[in-house]
Amino acid sequence: MDATVSWLINLIPQMTEPVARLIVDLVYAGALAFVAPVVVVVAFTYMERKVIARIQDRVGPNRAGPFGLLQGLADAVKMLTKEDITPQDADRIVYNLAPALAVIGVILVYAVLPVAPGVIGADLNVGVLYVVAVGGIGTMAILMAGWSSNNKYALLSAFRVVAQLISYEIPMIIALLIVVLAAGSMQMGEIIAAQDVPFLFTLPLAFIIFLMATIAEIGRSPFDLLEAESEIVAGFHVEYSGMKFAFFFIGEYMHLFVGAGIATTLFLGGWRGPFLGEVISEASILGVLLGFVYFLIKTVFIVFLMIWIRGTLPRFRIDHLLDFGWKFLVPVGLLGLIAVALVLKLPFLSSSGLMWIGLLVANILVIVVSLAAVSMAARRSRSVALRGVVGADR
Amino acid sequence: MIPLYWWLIVAAALFCIGLYAVLSRKNAIAVLMGIELMLNAVNLNLVAFWRYITPQALTGQVFAIFVITVAAAEAAVGLAIFISVYRMHGSINVEKLDTMRW
Amino acid sequence: MPADQIVRYIVFLILTVMTLGGALGVVVSRNLFHSALFLVLSFAGVVGYYVLLDAGFLAAVQLLIYIGAIAILILFAVMLTRGLMDKRQSQHNQQWLIAALVALLIFVVLAVVLWQVEWPVASEQALASPNVSVSQLGQELLGPYVIPFEVASVLLLVALIGAVILARETES
Repeated sequence: MDATVSWLINLIPQMTEPVARLIVDLVYAGALAFVAPVVVVVAFTYMERKVIARIQDRVGPNRAGPFGLLQGLADAVKMLTKEDITPQDADRIVYNLAPALAVIGVILVYAVLPVAPGVIGADLNVGVLYVVAVGGIGTMAILMAGWSSNNKYALLSAFRVVAQLISYEIPMIIALLIVVLAAGSMQMGEIIAAQDVPFLFTLPLAFIIFLMATIAEIGRSPFDLLEAESEIVAGFHVEYSGMKFAFFFIGEYMHLFVGAGIATTLFLGGWRGPFLGEVISEASILGVLLGFVYFLIKTVFIVFLMIWIRGTLPRFRIDHLLDFGWKFLVPVGLLGLIAVALVLKLPFLSSSGLMWIGLLVANILVIVVSLAAVSMAARRSRSVALRGVVGADR
Repeated sequence: MIPLYWWLIVAAALFCIGLYAVLSRKNAIAVLMGIELMLNAVNLNLVAFWRYITPQALTGQVFAIFVITVAAAEAAVGLAIFISVYRMHGSINVEKLDTMRW
Repeated sequence: MPADQIVRYIVFLILTVMTLGGALGVVVSRNLFHSALFLVLSFAGVVGYYVLLDAGFLAAVQLLIYIGAIAILILFAVMLTRGLMDKRQSQHNQQWLIAALVALLIFVVLAVVLWQVEWPVASEQALASPNVSVSQLGQELLGPYVIPFEVASVLLLVALIGAVILARETES
């Protein structure tokens, strides 16, 4: 941000600093509000279709434009020209408010997402907490949509929303807590600064829990119970069409991007990468651009990971989903939290290199122990079930 | 800066609206909403006092955090009670729940 | 008056309309679901107040707990107990008039008192630099206030268990 401001002042010397800052702020905000959603949605829907197609041994979109690149555009045109229907007994105001809130809830998270060195809407000192807090608005939007549509499938979806999103907020907070503990700050900038070794390599447990909780919060497969086609038609947005449906769609893909962005920031070192800071200054325009490129590469990698998971795993059943959240992720997360807290206080791990190894060992230990416990429990329940079957035969 | 009594008067208004909800609504959930409004008013007061009278000590904020904790616990237990009462009586109208009265 | 102060006053007025308007909506609305949504509006206004009062941590906590948890729980309870919201029926009991008078009376008394009292406001210098450090808030919670903190954690545990037991369907 500062780099851009000084560049603008150099370009037009008559400009005073506050004016330049205001212009830069407005340009960034405009870019965020208008360009980012379109680019993000078009790019990610294309990427998702292509990757899923490859996983399923298909080609994917290939008709509109070269390599089907214009498919997203064609979909957008289709969406905008569709008729806008409101169900007769819908709660009109709430019904119309919900799609807007769904997008607002996601855009608000962008405010604390550091996309390049110095380029962040507001580096709040409670940044991590803010990310979780704003997530509640999205939940509210889905709840409102489900209720106001006056449709039983939508209402069922709204019930599932409460169960799923609230439940998975807790493992997410625990994962964030582990990161905050290791970084010693809730500020995004300081968390990036603390990652000389990305937390992915020192806190793999927290990363896995965070990734799963994020997928659940976005409501993507295998956690897509909010809109499980085979069970409740399309869930909370079953009655929406045209532009209003497009809002939910945009909100979902922006959420995908922002979720991956937050994961990048917290676990992959954000915009940090080779040469940046050593050869190229972080304050220069080139440094900012390079940081942005690093950020994008990492974020797209996480998005790819999420698409991969979607293409591989079948959907959870609702009770399995809740059991998995409450009886596995939460206790394992708490165990990991205690382990990390202990390691951070161990006196003989004074140098940071030893500390990183200690954290890694503790994390892997927790993962191994919890997986062993789960497999043991599963084996026991399977043998009990088997005995039941044999008993019935007799 | 905005004078302190503006904040206090807004908080008082919020408190009184909450009080009215508690006293006048039939539905127990609406009564609970009134209580939440009153707790919010209290928190607003605490934070305003912190900001204007003791901006260096964090006592006001600490207290507000405890109030929020209590509010969360109260909402969870309260709503659980309402749901189990609704299951038993088919109603959570506070006027009709008078089996304990003699 | 400098420009940023004027902005503060304008923001304060907008937030007041949000908070008190939302609160009135909670009380007046006949549809309980709308009441709960008005409650969210009111909570959101209070979030804004906290930001205006430089209590960033509390603003985030308010957003997380009041809007993200309590309001959603209330909406959930409203949806679970639906069928009670007959819009033709009054949602108020017979004592609503007395209640309104009492609430109004208390408000008038409070407002007059609050307006009249000379508050021991801190010095200009102290007001200009409030202590907003989150880490110090943590130090306070685990230092001088550690016993209330632990009691609060026990309270939350009790509430968690109690809520589960209360709301669980009894097997019959």
